[in-house]
Amino acid sequence: MAYVPLADQDDAHALHDPHSFVTKYVWSQDHKVIAIQYGAIAIFVGLIALGLSIIMRLQIGFPDTVSFIDPAFYYQAVTMHGMIMVIYLLTALFLGGFGNYLIPLMCGTRDMVFPFLNMLSVWFYLVSVIILLASFFIPGGPTGAGWTLYAPQSISHGTPGHEGGILLMLISLAVFIVAFTMGGLNYVTTILQARTRGLTLMRLPLSIWGIFTATVLGLFAFPALLVSAIMLALDLVLGTSFFMPAMMQLGEQTSYDGGSPILFQHLFWFFGHPEVYIVALPAFGLVSDVIATHARKNIFGYRMMVWAIIAIGGLSFMVWAHHMYVSGMNPYFGFFFATTTLIIAIPTALKVYNWVLTLWQGNLRLNTPMLFAIGFIFTFVHGGLTGLFLGNVIIDIPLADTYFVVAHFHMVMGVSPVLVLFAALYHWYPKVSGRMYNETMGKVHFWCTFLGTYAIYLPMHYLGFLGMPRRYFEMGNTDFVPASAQALNANITLAAIFVAVAQILFFVNIFWSLRNGEKAPGNPWGATSLEWQTPDTPPKHGNWGEELPTVYRWAYDYSVPGHKEDFIPQNEPGEEYEKTLHKSGGYS
Amino acid sequence: MSLYRDVTNKPWDNVGLPDGIESKPVFNVPNERVALTVLLIIASVLFSLFLVSYYIRMQVGDWVPLATPAQLWTNTAALVLSSVFLQAAVFRSRKEEVLSLFRGSGLLFVIGGLLAVAFIIGQYQVWVDLGAAGHSVRGNPANSFFYLLTAVHIAHLSGGLWVWSKAGIRLAQKFDADDIRLSMNLCAIYWHFLLLVWVGLFFLLANT
Repeated sequence: MAYVPLADQDDAHALHDPHSFVTKYVWSQDHKVIAIQYGAIAIFVGLIALGLSIIMRLQIGFPDTVSFIDPAFYYQAVTMHGMIMVIYLLTALFLGGFGNYLIPLMCGTRDMVFPFLNMLSVWFYLVSVIILLASFFIPGGPTGAGWTLYAPQSISHGTPGHEGGILLMLISLAVFIVAFTMGGLNYVTTILQARTRGLTLMRLPLSIWGIFTATVLGLFAFPALLVSAIMLALDLVLGTSFFMPAMMQLGEQTSYDGGSPILFQHLFWFFGHPEVYIVALPAFGLVSDVIATHARKNIFGYRMMVWAIIAIGGLSFMVWAHHMYVSGMNPYFGFFFATTTLIIAIPTALKVYNWVLTLWQGNLRLNTPMLFAIGFIFTFVHGGLTGLFLGNVIIDIPLADTYFVVAHFHMVMGVSPVLVLFAALYHWYPKVSGRMYNETMGKVHFWCTFLGTYAIYLPMHYLGFLGMPRRYFEMGNTDFVPASAQALNANITLAAIFVAVAQILFFVNIFWSLRNGEKAPGNPWGATSLEWQTPDTPPKHGNWGEELPTVYRWAYDYSVPGHKEDFIPQNEPGEEYEKTLHKSGGYS
Repeated sequence: MSLYRDVTNKPWDNVGLPDGIESKPVFNVPNERVALTVLLIIASVLFSLFLVSYYIRMQVGDWVPLATPAQLWTNTAALVLSSVFLQAAVFRSRKEEVLSLFRGSGLLFVIGGLLAVAFIIGQYQVWVDLGAAGHSVRGNPANSFFYLLTAVHIAHLSGGLWVWSKAGIRLAQKFDADDIRLSMNLCAIYWHFLLLVWVGLFFLLANT
């Protein structure tokens, strides 16, 4: 059979044209609808996780003030907040949401190569979320084992949700992994095989490189979570002893014997550390495109940026045990993982330099997406530098399980990716909705979020230095934690509530603008990449009208001397530019 | 443009169409084949992680090796034959203009799948026999891993049978011959992979 790449199949969209409301908006195979479905589910479940974090903070800031927060509920809130934020919000929104929306548009195709599988992916994701949330309504409630679900604690008596919550969590994760695999196969195959004519790999925008590499990481890392989830579920349900050692429970010897809790930790973190980059790499890619567009400059060191993404992806599989320094490992083992951890800082730092150098002498437009993008550089540098402390065994040991760790990972993989999410949501909102958002409200949202998160996490570093342990329901009479720490905690809680409430601005903005926002032109930012060159905004089914675009250049031709405008779209042919003065393109 | 030239290219230096008007996928094979290859890599990672867990758990002193049930040899033979029939179906289909369910390559394809079903039934029988002999899933970590690894392998094979049955339906409905040839080819590749995995697992289970 003669192979015809999808990009050349101009009538490919006819294969799954929607014919009714249901096939257009519910059982849709259109990547844009699927992206919005992914995004809506992820943001919905993310709001639940945000609410859980406020419950946590109320207990820490004002102990024993809220009557319904008992120790069990506190641990359940901690666990569900962490797992939802990492897996069900960030992973799903970056890859399921932005991956689905941007890959076919940036690659100049009509859709993903396997649209039906893509549709199944989002429905499996929804099922996984429903299973997860169902655990709130079963006897015993959701698991309170902490998001790491360490054995033997997670399935032992005394841990909230050991009856059924943990099982629902494991089943939900397994279903999520199936959903991710179906989506991931689509992303990888579409990017490798279905790019439009002229779009070589090195002409891809960095968003696609980030999403592609993160997807590959996910496809290789999630099996480790699946393996540990299956074996832990068998220990729970069938009484096997994969991870469960011989132990006493409620004064009696359990039937478990010989299992290895450390094995669970290795499997979990073999997934868990790449997971950090599954979230971070798409953020790196998206923020690169936002920065280049609004700085009106080509991204500094494009090839370096691509190779840095790939290097970080590869190295992310060699650092997992830096999460386990206090598990009693061989010192040489710790030395190896400290070294690889420091090595991974090199390509990461290189990316930061390149973002800053892209901003250097750029024609900066300090609009909402750009503010969020620059804010990301601050928080990421901050979180990255504290990571260097924790990556070293000798410094990690006294800081392990303190609020310093909480502050570090929230800055580096909580706040930073979320700032990029907002940058990207505002940046691509005109393309997705066909309307401009309210700029003033967006800027107020940024400053509340940016300053608010610093008010939350900066003091946490100090609490960590004091030795304040994380995951404690209450401190009790702990001599080394001074009374002033409680005042600080109360302030952190108030800041957290302020930031949570400030997010209302975002929702008001996007929903208000849907109806009342100014009608968006096709390319409001004067951007070069293909998604801004569609004949319709928002793009219609099939994306490109009669003819697919042809790409003649890379995605970063900004402020090219001699060209009539300060950007040249990827699908603009020719090398000769009109010798006229620069005219700034689009909204400033 | 070759993959190497593409990734070492300086994109800011080049304007125009480096390859002419043709689109260039990275791999000059059908998309389904690329997706299957990625899936096989994922499955390899999954089985590798199970094996690592197996070796680490083995080091604890409570490991009592399980005697290899003789029926596993029969089951293995069924899986080998299944793979052979599917490959024969692929070879035969290339010489046939029209493909149908109970003739030529179609027949070979159906027999190949049924042999895989026989393998699964055989594995289930092994479980029943082991259970009757007192080797329960929680009796010993070696038992637990035996049930676990064989179950995961069967789950993969069941997924393959789902695709096989869809291809069978397309054969019965006389879909496009090229489309069916592709399905046959992908099934055969997947079957060979699972045969390889099973041989590895069998070797491990029989010798540890």
